[in-house]
Amino acid sequence: MTPPTSDTPLDAIIGKDEFAAAASADSFDAELAKAGAHVTSRWGMALFLAKRYPLGGVGLAIVVIFVLVAVLAPYITTHDPLATNPAISLAAPSAAHPMGADFMGRDLFSRVVYGARTSLAVAFGATILGVFFGVLIGLASGYLGGWVDLATQRIIDMLQSLPTLILAMAMAAALGPSLTNTIIAIAIPKLPSIARVIRASTLSLREMPFVEAARAMGMSEMRIAMRHILPNTLAPLIVLATAGLGTAILVEASLSFLGLGVPEPHPSWGRMLSESAAEYVRTAPWLVIFPGVAITFAVFGTNLLGDALRDLLDPRQRTSN
Amino acid sequence: MGAYLIRRTVLLFVTVLGVSIIIFALMRVVPGNIADILFESSGYIDAVQKAKIEAELGLDKPLLQQYFGWIGGLMTGDFGYSYMSERPAISEILPRLPVTLKLAGLTLFFTIIFGIPLGVWSAVKQNGLIDNSLRVITLSALSLPSFWCGLLVLMFSVHVFGTIPIYSNEPRGPWHELALLSIPALVVGFRSSALIVRLTRSSMLEVLRQDYIRTARAKGAAENVINYHHALKNALLPIITLLGIEASHLIGGLVVIETVFNIPGLGRYLVEAIRWRDYPIVQNLVLFSAFAVVITNFIVDLLYAVIDPRIKYSD
Repeated sequence: MTPPTSDTPLDAIIGKDEFAAAASADSFDAELAKAGAHVTSRWGMALFLAKRYPLGGVGLAIVVIFVLVAVLAPYITTHDPLATNPAISLAAPSAAHPMGADFMGRDLFSRVVYGARTSLAVAFGATILGVFFGVLIGLASGYLGGWVDLATQRIIDMLQSLPTLILAMAMAAALGPSLTNTIIAIAIPKLPSIARVIRASTLSLREMPFVEAARAMGMSEMRIAMRHILPNTLAPLIVLATAGLGTAILVEASLSFLGLGVPEPHPSWGRMLSESAAEYVRTAPWLVIFPGVAITFAVFGTNLLGDALRDLLDPRQRTSN
Repeated sequence: MGAYLIRRTVLLFVTVLGVSIIIFALMRVVPGNIADILFESSGYIDAVQKAKIEAELGLDKPLLQQYFGWIGGLMTGDFGYSYMSERPAISEILPRLPVTLKLAGLTLFFTIIFGIPLGVWSAVKQNGLIDNSLRVITLSALSLPSFWCGLLVLMFSVHVFGTIPIYSNEPRGPWHELALLSIPALVVGFRSSALIVRLTRSSMLEVLRQDYIRTARAKGAAENVINYHHALKNALLPIITLLGIEASHLIGGLVVIETVFNIPGLGRYLVEAIRWRDYPIVQNLVLFSAFAVVITNFIVDLLYAVIDPRIKYSD
């Protein structure tokens, strides 16, 4: 028996090998039919999935609400999130200011709503950036093999031995405070895990008969990698990316809490907590409660969704059979 | 085993050396240095002053020379000078190490004593009330930012006990220190134990389906003996590995929680050092965190052989 390496359990949780099988539409439809679903329309399918994974449905709903709040922020709020008003400094929640006001007399409800924009921008930005480069690296490493693979794997090992938050902190500090830099700082620690999973599925896909067939037909290597291998790695990628959204929101909040994240004037949930933290725990608890609830709610939604997607796309972990 | 150990140790140092290059590149290749940042905040740039600061800090030397200066220093126990305090970095880092280690140890302790039994329980009662409530609780724990959880604990204790259990001055004796550290350790451990619960559950479920469990049951072994003696032993391998990976999250969690609870450890110091652009401190601490992660994974790999007799590191 070969000794397991440090990436064994993640694979055990994520089940990388099973993805390739589950990813093909045929086996998925067969699974659904076996489960008793007579799916004819897209909506019927959605309904079936929602029934089978109720928690995932809740997660999806939370994520949709989160996106809607961010997009519709100007229509939801009644105050400018940046406008200060000394008269209401540290005001308790009231009808006019449902979540109260902060030290500078800014309406907390508006700030929390606009905070969703910042959080969403960072989470999606970092995830897209991380997935794009992670896929590129993983695909190149797994498909090309040889010294490219060896070198990439060593660098990934090194990056992975740096704790996520510490690496993000160091990156954020080195790049300086800005929205874009926060996105980059959070995307970099995402690269290793994405590259690893993509490499693993590429390695097994590379030996599949359909790749051989494509090669026999005289297809270029680039085309094989992009058109035949990449689409088959989508299932693990979707799971990883969704799970990564929650982490990105948490890391952004932590960075901002430590004063290393998104700078003013962007309202950020994490920074709202750092401004208020120590002393307002006593005097103005609403300043501590509401931004924290917002973070937890957003991360909880993406976690539920990610969990359901993993159940759906990885048959081995399915709870019902 | 001997050859394996040597190879792993060499690989360990190669990895840490590689990490040091990455850290150094991060700190230096990006535009602007400490001198620029100092002047940026004051609003004007004095070229003479700037050159003087750069020379003082060795920033005017070629990059390679700076890098080898750092690494060469580390080899001989010279960690450089802190910009903030102008004292040797080592005398800033060492006194802060014990508190962080104690906090990390306590967190690990809570993670294990809550995570594993609850995970076993959840698996044994699969799809029951306990299992489903634990599923929701663990998912919430994974969604809760640890710094917010810490703030809530502080708030709770202020409003209920009228005092904050914070590390404001020297603890009175070891028991008081243990009490003070237990609260932040529980806050960080809440998250990691949630992860362990989930993994223990799925790992146990796989093992509980095996034939030898049915055999054990058939011969009349007690449920607890089956669960803890027969099943858990075999379900332990992925759990141990996850604990190794959690080490990396744990370090991040400690940085944040030390800031919330005002604990004078390495985590809070790293945040301060980053705010002040105290690069010698930042470089060393970030490298140290990577070293801790690599060592943990090394220990985890060795533990495999102890736990699973099928695994032998021979070559």
